[in-house]
Amino acid sequence: MLRFINLPQIYFNTCFRTVEPLEYYRRFLKENCRPDGRELGEFRTTTVNIGSISTADGSALVKLGNTTVICGVKAEFAAPPTDAPDKGYVVPNVDLPPLCSSRFRSGPPGEEAQVASQFIADVIENSQIIQKEDLCISPGKLAWVLYCDLICLDYDGNILDACTFALLAALKNVQLPEVTINEETALAEVNLKTKNYLNIRTHPVATSFAVFDDTLLIVDPTGEEEHLATGTLTIVMDEEGKLCCLHKPGGSGLTGAKLQDCMSRAVTRHKEVKKLMDEVIKSMKPK
Amino acid sequence: MEGTMHADAKIRAETGTESGPRGPGCSLRHFACEQNLLSRPDGSASFMQGVAEKSREQLIRNTCEAVVLGALHPRTSITVVLQVISDAGSLLACCLNAACMALVDAGVPMRALFCGVTCTLGADGTLVLDPTAKQEKEARAVLTFALDSVEQKLLMSTTKGLYSDAELQQCLAAAQAASQHVFRFYRESLQRRYSKS
Repeated sequence: MLRFINLPQIYFNTCFRTVEPLEYYRRFLKENCRPDGRELGEFRTTTVNIGSISTADGSALVKLGNTTVICGVKAEFAAPPTDAPDKGYVVPNVDLPPLCSSRFRSGPPGEEAQVASQFIADVIENSQIIQKEDLCISPGKLAWVLYCDLICLDYDGNILDACTFALLAALKNVQLPEVTINEETALAEVNLKTKNYLNIRTHPVATSFAVFDDTLLIVDPTGEEEHLATGTLTIVMDEEGKLCCLHKPGGSGLTGAKLQDCMSRAVTRHKEVKKLMDEVIKSMKPK
Repeated sequence: MEGTMHADAKIRAETGTESGPRGPGCSLRHFACEQNLLSRPDGSASFMQGVAEKSREQLIRNTCEAVVLGALHPRTSITVVLQVISDAGSLLACCLNAACMALVDAGVPMRALFCGVTCTLGADGTLVLDPTAKQEKEARAVLTFALDSVEQKLLMSTTKGLYSDAELQQCLAAAQAASQHVFRFYRESLQRRYSKS
């Protein structure tokens, strides 16, 4: 929207935005765009940086516009669960510290962080991104446990998409050393020289939508848009078009047809994300 | 508006105790306990286990918030307390139905009624509505929907497992048909109740 704006107009716009945020928003939505210039179906600029934390076994930093999430994966030993002696563990944890937004206080994890952690745990479980059997070293005795810590550094909406992408990129970056069990001493011997990448079987990608005024769907909401929205929807899809998760925590109703539109947008988003990640990983290979 | 899974529980009050974060070898989920909550009984305690409970509370709360006309009751807190007496599968759907009936019983103004429907997909693609606990465990995917009574729109959805887009639409259609039965039951039970008085 190119206009010559004089000073009083800018003043009026900012006042209007503060006093009547919903009306301000509706004016943009009527023109099928948003205040930051995006279309309704357009994502913010996505950037990913893989392997930045050298002390972690795998790491990734994802930026979705201003929303920044960093994921660090640490691998440790543990005894496998008694009801599944040939499986390891993947333990995700999402942390929303006060530094990312003024709405969070320090102390035990708030509801949003817990819900996000549960969401990531569900995505890992449902999509079978890693076969837990691959994490087993010696059945019944020793297995890997992957602690995936996702920390939000800047909260500007759409935290679930950023977390899912960061987790996927970090897991692709994880290298586990070879472990052999010495028969005589029954101790594990770690060979740090030989490291193997994890076998990532599927690539789940999350696409979030916000529902406005019960009818309009916009993709990748910012913090302000999430606050004004009447409902949110997150779809997690893998490369075959299978859905791992359809997360719609209440909010205004959606018809089956609207869901179908969301599905097709999720499919295109998956292609964009996969392409970006493949490019980044290819650029890292010579190292 | 709060939703809790146990009678009169205040989540994470200062007087309560909490266990530490769950390590990988521990078979119990994270739990929190608070005692002496209720003034009438001689002793009372609330037990909260796991992040899954918080997630379910958020789902139920957001569904209720979408239908309740909160603007008619400013500065009011509506607390929905759900006590699980027995769990034989389809727990979340049952909680949603109970919450809706309780809100109607309380006379809270709502823009629509809502109901919960659970649907499972077997390994071969067979659809089962309102599964038992055993069927849920054996299913490839479990989908729970909350639908409104006016146009059967999807208010809330939470899913477990892997399924295709076409299967989702199939489940949604089946859930919408099933929700008619639930709404008819609501209507009949309310009619029966008010025709006596």
